[in-house]
This record gives sequence, C-alpha cells and structure tokens, in this order.
Amino acid sequence: MSQPQIEIQLIAAVVAVACALPGVFLVLRRMALMSDAISHAILLGIVLAFFLTKDISSPFLVIAATLTGVVTVSLVELLHRTRLVREDAAIGLVFPALFSIGVILISRFAGDVHLDIDAVLLGELAFAPFTRFVVLGNDLGPRTLYVMGGILLLNILFILLFYKELKLATLDAGLAAALGFSPALIHYALMTLVSVTAVGAFDAVGSILVVALMIAPPAAAYLLTDRLPRMIGLSALIGIASAFSGYWLARALDASIAGSMATMAGVFFALVFLLAPERGLIAIARRRAHQRWEFAQTMLAIHLLNHEGTPEEEEEYRLEHLHDHMRWEPDFAGQVVRGAERSGIILSQGKYLSLTDQGREVARRAIVS
Amino acid sequence: MNVLELFSDLFSDYTLRTVALGSAMLGILSGSLGTYAVLRKQSLLGDAISHAALPGIALAFLLTGSKAPLVLILGAAAAGWIGTLLVMSIINTTRVKDDSALGLVLAVFFGFGLVLLTFIQKMPNAAQAGLDKFLFGQAAALLERDVVTMAVLGTLALLAMLIFWKEFKLLTFDPEFGASLGFPMRVLDILLITLLVVAIVLGLQTVGVVLMSAMVVAPAAAARQWTDRLGVMIGLAALFGALAGVSGALISSTTARLPTGPTIVLCISAIVLISLALAPNRGLVWRWVRHQRSRRRLRGEAVLGDLYALASQHDDEDHGHSIAVLRAMNRGRGGVALSLEQLERRGWVHQVGSDEWALTPSGLAEAERLATSRGEASA
Repeated sequence: MSQPQIEIQLIAAVVAVACALPGVFLVLRRMALMSDAISHAILLGIVLAFFLTKDISSPFLVIAATLTGVVTVSLVELLHRTRLVREDAAIGLVFPALFSIGVILISRFAGDVHLDIDAVLLGELAFAPFTRFVVLGNDLGPRTLYVMGGILLLNILFILLFYKELKLATLDAGLAAALGFSPALIHYALMTLVSVTAVGAFDAVGSILVVALMIAPPAAAYLLTDRLPRMIGLSALIGIASAFSGYWLARALDASIAGSMATMAGVFFALVFLLAPERGLIAIARRRAHQRWEFAQTMLAIHLLNHEGTPEEEEEYRLEHLHDHMRWEPDFAGQVVRGAERSGIILSQGKYLSLTDQGREVARRAIVS
Repeated sequence: MNVLELFSDLFSDYTLRTVALGSAMLGILSGSLGTYAVLRKQSLLGDAISHAALPGIALAFLLTGSKAPLVLILGAAAAGWIGTLLVMSIINTTRVKDDSALGLVLAVFFGFGLVLLTFIQKMPNAAQAGLDKFLFGQAAALLERDVVTMAVLGTLALLAMLIFWKEFKLLTFDPEFGASLGFPMRVLDILLITLLVVAIVLGLQTVGVVLMSAMVVAPAAAARQWTDRLGVMIGLAALFGALAGVSGALISSTTARLPTGPTIVLCISAIVLISLALAPNRGLVWRWVRHQRSRRRLRGEAVLGDLYALASQHDDEDHGHSIAVLRAMNRGRGGVALSLEQLERRGWVHQVGSDEWALTPSGLAEAERLATSRGEASA
C-alpha cells in the first residue's frame, strides 16, 4: 500500500469511529434523523462563514457551522412547541429550507470559488491527503486526519466524562430529570457534539455519509447486545470495518469512497439484521419454528394424558385419530410424533401411542401453567 | 423581466410552459399524497423514498443504457418501493426504531446510488451525462415527453387516490376500525405508499433527490393550518404545492445560476411560514391576539374585584378609591390605569376624584356575578 492509501484508510476509520460514538446515543434516544437534519443544515453555516472570512480552512468556519447545527435543533424544537406540526414534520420543514438557502448562496455567489455543492454533499476522500498539516516546515500528515482525530478525542472525552449522565438521560429520562440532571443540557451537549462531528466529517466524506456512519453501525450494534459499553465498542468496530471494506470496494469499482463506505455500512447492517444471534431474522424464524413444534408436542402430550385410563383410550391413542382430533395433516402429525418420541415424551408401538413418565410431567406442567 | 411579461411568456413560450406544467403537476401530486404521509406521522418517509430512488435511477440506466423518462422512473420507483418495504420490515421485526430505520435506508441507498453514479461517470461512453441532475433537479431541462409521462402517471395515481378515498381515510384516521369492518388494511397501506412512491419519483427530475422530501411534508403542513377536513386539506396542499412548484421553477429558469430544487423549496417554505402565522384559528398571530385579549379581560376582572372588595368596606357606594391603592392590591401585574379605562368604557366604573375611582351600579352587579361564579368554581 502506498502512503496516500494508508492515510485515506486511516482518515476513513477515524471518521467512522468519531461518527459512531454520538450515533449510539442518537439511535438510543430515537433522534437518528437529527443527524440528517444537522448534516444538511450546517452547509448554510459553512457558506455564511465562508462569505465572511473568505477562507475555506478558517477555524471560524467550524464554529459557525457547529452553531448552525445547534440552531437547527432549536428551530425544530421551536416549531414543534407551537403544536402546529409534529416533530417529524418539523424536522422535514426546517432542514430542507436551511439547506436550500445554503445551496442557492453557493451557486449564486461562490460559483468560481473552491466550494462546490457536489463536494460538500458527497465529499471526496481521495483528495484528503493533498492538504497537509505543516508545522515549521515539517510535514506531519494530512490536515483532515488531525481535525478528525481531534474531534474523535473530543467525543471520547465527552462520553467518558459524562457517561453516567448520558446513560441515565438516554435510558431513563424521567429518572434523570428527577435526580436533577437537566435533560435539556444533556440534549444540547449531545447535539453540539453531533454538529461538531458532522462539520468535521462533512469536509472529508460529505453529509450523507455522516448520516450513514452515525446510524448504521449503532443500529447494527443495537441488534447484537443489550449493554451500552458493548454497543459503543461494537459500533466503533463496525464503523472501522465499513471504512476499510468501503475503501477497497471503491478502488475495485473506481467509484466514490464515501458512497462505498455507506454501502458497506448498509451491508454490515443487513448481515446483522439477518444473522444476529437472538434478534436476527433467521434466529427469529428458527425460534418461531421451534416454538411451533414444541407447542404441538405439548398439545399431543396433553391430549394423551386427558384420555389415559379412560374407556376411549384405545380409540384416542391411535395415530390416525390425531388427524380428526387435533386437525393435523397426516404428514405433520407424523413429524410431531417422531419429534415427541425423540424428546422422550411418548412411546409409539405400531400405530398406537402412549405417554412416558416424562410426557405426563410435560403435560401436567403445561396444564398448570 | 417584469411579472406581467413572465405571465404572457407563460402562455406563449414553449420551454417556460413545459417547465410550469411539469412543476404544477409535481406540486399537485406530492401535495395531495403527501397529506396522507403527514397525517399518518410518516413525514420523513418521503425523505427515505426519494434518497432510496437514486440507485434505482442509476441501475435502470446501467441495465438498459436508456435515459427515457419511463425507464428511469420505473427504476426509481422500484428502488424507492424496496427501500420503503425495508424500512417497514426493519421496524416490524427488530427493535430498531422508525427514525433509525428511515435514516439507515436513506443514507445507505443514497451512498450506493453515489457508487453507481461515479461508476457510470467513469465508463468510456459519455451517454451518462445528465443523470446528476437528479441530485438537485433541473426544471429547465424538462422536455415535453417528461411532462407527458408525469401527467399520465400522475393522473393515474390521483385517480387511484379518489377511487380508494373512503378506504384511505379509514387507514389514516382509524385503521383498527377499518380492519374490523373487513377492509384489507395492510394491502391498502402498501397501495397508499406505492402511490406516494410514484408521486415522489415523478418529482425527482424537477426538485432532485435531496430536497424532494420537503415537497411531501411542506404543502401538507401548510394546508393543515387552514382546515380540519381531509378533502379541503388535500385540495389546499395540492394548490400550495402547485403554486410553489410553478413559481419556483419559473424563478429559477429565468435567473442564471439558481438551482430549481432549492428555489421551489424556499417558495413552499414561505407558504408554510405564512400559514403558520396567519391561518385563522391555529395561526400564531391569531393565537397571540387571543392571548392578549384574554389577558386584558382577566386584568380588568382583577381590578373590578379589587374595587368590589374595597367598596364592601364602605357604606357609601360612591366613595372613591385611589388608583395607588388599586396598584398596591394588584402588585406586579401592572396596567391598572389601562384596565380602569377599559372598565369605564363598559360603564362599570366611574372616576370620582382626580385619581379616585368607584363602581357604578352595573359594575357592582357584574362584580357580584363574577364573585359568585368564582365562588362556585372553587366550591
């Protein structure tokens, strides 16, 4: 691997982890779409600050854009609080309007300057290594790496310092408020963090990938674990995996790196969605099938117990009779009987069935519960 | 170019007429079908559908090599539809919530669309030019065949909406009741979402993938402020959508370097702001006026009550009470002089001395009535 290749992958991984950390809390707090709103709306802040400073790399740009993100959140809340529109509609009203103003300003007045919509929306990671961080004539590496590294550090520090508060406010907002943690303060702190991260990542990977990296890895991790620390760790890992695999997919297809990373994040979510040990589609389907057999076997045991020692016993214990009594198709009845035999609930002698002691126990327990 | 000229051009200029017709169609469709989305708390589904359509457009072009509107629209609709079903199945089968499911599908499909678009751009044949107009929309590039396609498919979608009017109404407001009546609610749900997908996909070329969601939410949100009736709301949303579509598209196609999608979105946002402020009953301005009015009335009642309390301590009904006393009794609330003026206009108090006031007989009766009704309320 050449040096730019390594640098691009390093930046991609740092961006992925930096996005995944606040993303976990967005997903848990049901505010995932705020990342969509923020990452679009900060365009306006970047453009306005750019008009003022005329310098695309000014730190003022980052501050202004972050502020726009926070303003977006409060505008959504303001609109929602009028009780004239629902919260989701409020999000859908605010960010397209802010984003539109940003896009129009760019195309009207910044046509010749280095600030074009495609780059802002889609990002171009491949160019990131070209802007270097130079101190006293020493080349220390790509600038984006330092910016995103700083933001990642900020995210880690924030989560470490306020872990307890974040956890409580996220998982039990009522208790948090009762204990005196201000939910509004935590909310806005988190939203500021999301804005800073989106602003930093915006430059490298574009706004849509910010959304993908903030939502997809945490959503996948959410299906894999019930514990918050593990969910944070897994989200970071899935983010890194998306970054690396996305980079190589992009190279293979000669396509957009940001788009490929988003695609891979989606692929990882799809894999988890299908294969997760307890909550995956396959696990759910298997559990349902298992429950269906178990239920049928229990019903069979109860049926046999009901008629044990009665005059109809001989009639009711015939295998063919299950078709009339339980309304089971002969195939299904045969499978249930074989299964029940294997689990030691019944014995079958020729065409006649009888309960074992274990079977009686199963039936009695099912009736009592 | 002045407004009058623009209007005369609207009927004579071929390009302008095409653009206006296409944008009007877009507004009517997304406005009316968006109404259901907003009422069913699915406002942001439009965002997911429009982003999810991007890979469909790219794949349709990759597979057929054609840029015919119908081919691209079919591709977009298929992808948007699959995206929606994915969102629904993620919500229904896992504990991932609706917001995450929407954001996930939106971003991942869009990312995949980008991969395909950049892949297409680097292919040797240059026939791919123009696919990127789907990002922000380009009303000026609308051709007659685009508008014809939009009109035919759009009319079909609107017809379907009218045919299933009663069923969709049930689905929106009381799906359980609908199910108990024996209507196939799941089928209707998917049908309504399919119509929404059609509406969104038809607008993509004009407004673009990124901002199409605003055309679903905003007209309906604006219309909601003016009415409580579904039929009126859909009509208004269609009108607002068409108004914003036509004005936005015209402004952008007559001005250099003004992208269509954002311009249309700003037009509809303005309509939303006006509706939020001015709509009768729900509008914020009216709410403020009502609030001020009731505040004034309550203040007047408080002063009247204070005067009544003072009067009951004196035998002489015409004994004047100084405004300073009333101010002291009314501490912190202010506006005593204003309230007295207002009460005087209603004939309930009259001025006795230089700054002294007393109740009139009708004022006394009113104060007694208030005191008893308050007593009843607290009892």
